[in-house]
Amino acid sequence: MTITLTHFLVLSGIIFSIGLFGVLAKRNVVSILMSIEMMFNAVNITLVAFSRYLPVPASNSAARGLNGQVFALFIIAVAAAEAAVALAIILAVYRGRRTVSVEDVNLMKW
Amino acid sequence: MTTDSWLTLAFYVLAFLLVVGALGVVLLPRIVHAALALVFFFFITSGVYVLLQAEFIAATQVIIYVGAITVLFLFAIMLTNRSYAPDSNPGNSQWMAAALVALVTAGILLATFLESALPVSNLATPGGVTDVTRTLGELLMGPFLLPFEAAGLLLLAAMIGAIVIARET
Repeated sequence: MTITLTHFLVLSGIIFSIGLFGVLAKRNVVSILMSIEMMFNAVNITLVAFSRYLPVPASNSAARGLNGQVFALFIIAVAAAEAAVALAIILAVYRGRRTVSVEDVNLMKW
Repeated sequence: MTTDSWLTLAFYVLAFLLVVGALGVVLLPRIVHAALALVFFFFITSGVYVLLQAEFIAATQVIIYVGAITVLFLFAIMLTNRSYAPDSNPGNSQWMAAALVALVTAGILLATFLESALPVSNLATPGGVTDVTRTLGELLMGPFLLPFEAAGLLLLAAMIGAIVIARET
């Protein structure tokens, strides 16, 4: 039995759902961010798997088969920027309200 | 054993460890332990990239995620309080609804993935490219030059923004 594209897609679907559960069910905002990073990684796995397994259209050069990996690189860069800003926001909130629990940060809650 | 069955074995071992790491991040009761499970998860993801013959992405994964982002997380945990309490990574009161939503999402995703008949190439490498890292560099400096520069600008803006937001006023 060989490993196919579907194997990797199913794996990343499972990881994505676990990350989604973490985002919805956690109270500590750092933990929510860690779950979001897991979801980023799940998406990256799908992109790299597509780049590995999908055929390149005849009108494109062979190098375009690596488009998925380029997308994954950009996602990594954006995720790094997001993590830096989000953790700075967490520190700012913690300094003001002495808490990292999302249930206590309800200033904008209706 | 043939190469194929070795790859199959490697995939299932990596997939199992990846799911275990992900569940560890979500379920471990201490947030420091969850962050360390996240380090493990990122390492195993890098192994999955190697299996997909994306060696440059795998190296980037280790350097940026394992090296930089988890250190950032550990700093954030250290700088906020009650880091080592046994209930420092609590769930909220709606975890059952969250589990339901996650299960439904997983069901939809897996059904779509298993049903869709995607065209599959039989090439031995991605797109038939043998020197992946070199070709990636040429792509980034050629057709993707504008997004590449935009990503650099984004990182600069995020760095300045993080400093400004986190600064003591």
